[in-house]
Amino acid sequence: MLEVHDLTTSYGAVRALSEVSFAAPSGQVTAVLGANGAGKTTLLRTISGLVRPRSGRVLLDDRDLTRTPTEQMAALGLSHVPEGRGVITELTVEENLRLGGLGAGRFRPADLDRVFALFPVLADRRRATAHVLSGGERQMLVIGRALMADPRVLLLDEPSLGLAPRVVAQIFALLRGLVTAEGLTVVLVEQNARSALSIADHGVVLNLGRLVVRAKASVLAADEQLRHAYLGF
Amino acid sequence: MQQLLNTLLTGLTLGMVYAAFALALVLIWRSTRIINFAQAPMAMITTYVALTVIDADYSYWVGFTAALLSGLVLGAAIERLVIRPVEGKPHINAVILTLGLFIVIHAVAALLFGSRYRSFPAPFGVRGFQVGEVNVALTGFGIFTIGSVVVVMLLLVALFRGTDLGLMMRAAAFNQEVARLLGVRVGRMFTLGWALAALVGSLSGLLIAGGSLVHPSYMDSAVVFGFVAAVLGGLDSPVGAVVGGLVLGVSLSFVSGYVGSELVALAALGILMVVLLLRPGGLFSHATPRRV
Repeated sequence: MLEVHDLTTSYGAVRALSEVSFAAPSGQVTAVLGANGAGKTTLLRTISGLVRPRSGRVLLDDRDLTRTPTEQMAALGLSHVPEGRGVITELTVEENLRLGGLGAGRFRPADLDRVFALFPVLADRRRATAHVLSGGERQMLVIGRALMADPRVLLLDEPSLGLAPRVVAQIFALLRGLVTAEGLTVVLVEQNARSALSIADHGVVLNLGRLVVRAKASVLAADEQLRHAYLGF
Repeated sequence: MQQLLNTLLTGLTLGMVYAAFALALVLIWRSTRIINFAQAPMAMITTYVALTVIDADYSYWVGFTAALLSGLVLGAAIERLVIRPVEGKPHINAVILTLGLFIVIHAVAALLFGSRYRSFPAPFGVRGFQVGEVNVALTGFGIFTIGSVVVVMLLLVALFRGTDLGLMMRAAAFNQEVARLLGVRVGRMFTLGWALAALVGSLSGLLIAGGSLVHPSYMDSAVVFGFVAAVLGGLDSPVGAVVGGLVLGVSLSFVSGYVGSELVALAALGILMVVLLLRPGGLFSHATPRRV
């Protein structure tokens, strides 16, 4: 279980997160929703240590990760797929995947086969440079690369960004499958609230850096007032 | 015919040295976006290390090895002590620091080793050989020059293309943040990158010094030619640096042999201008721009 307690993060004088607390239960999908600038990306960046919080704590299965360097997160079971995909376009598909295992200190060829089985399209292009991949393929590559580290918690930042609805549905279905089959814990940041809630178990809504709502996904999706106020659908 | 052949051979030998120096610049540029102006004095001081070892009656090869190892250590130390503190600040800060190092290392060398000219030995003959009536300008030391640079390049290719460490180094160079998220120790990769670059730079320093004279400024012209070679190749491409070095070496050799040696520096700048006019990104630039 990933827990965040009273997390406050500032960029200079600008406060991006104010005392945010929530828990992402193991083996479930927690959607983090909210408008542009609500602090969703900052939340993930603070959890993975790319940004240092002013105060508050981050716990992964009761282990305090608040001051842990970003480089060690993957080995500790936390994988963060950043916004804009984060494919290293100069490397090949297979090199990107190998890197996912190497960085976490556990590259195994069997993991590579597992990812290729999940995403056959990547297997077909394993020797291709990653910059030739389409947007959907890139998203599959970064998810597959994160899986190479065998994470307990996967942080996903806007995986639907710029993808066709059909591709989004395909990727979300696959993600749901992984959560069910392997007990993966997912924190899913999304602008696209409707799609995100369709696969999430829980949802939290951020507004101007504050956590305003925390509820079951089905409750969030059914609350018309909330949808109009924060979620835009 | 004899002059053509010899001009070409001289150019290739010289080009290999420029290539090594350009490669040292490219290794640092592509991972950190810093032009290391201190590369020349760093190579100079490691050559003095070799000279000191040789003067203490050890063989050339002990001195050669000592210079390369001290390059490795010096590169790592400079990255950790000078460059790391300004990481995350504008790149120009680090570039200015390397200019400062240029001056400091010069001064230190003059203090430690004196600023007079000293002769540096070569491990092989520096005279050409004869094939029938033809004098071939390929010397033993020339063959050693070409061979050692080729060996170092092949080792670097093997490291970057063939090993897990090389993959992590490339990842850190291409995308620092993503590499960090994946668990790559980016700082260590940069330290190692500087160390390797300084090693390659030291090699070029030893090769330029071989059979010639050294003094604290003897590498300073190499930084001009090495930089031109690196820019010719596109600054981002190790292969480009090598090709750029060879093109420059051969061209300058022809200018020197057929036009006049006083025009060499001018010709180097002329070649640079023509290439940048026709291909602003250099000969081996990628068509796709990338975020820095």
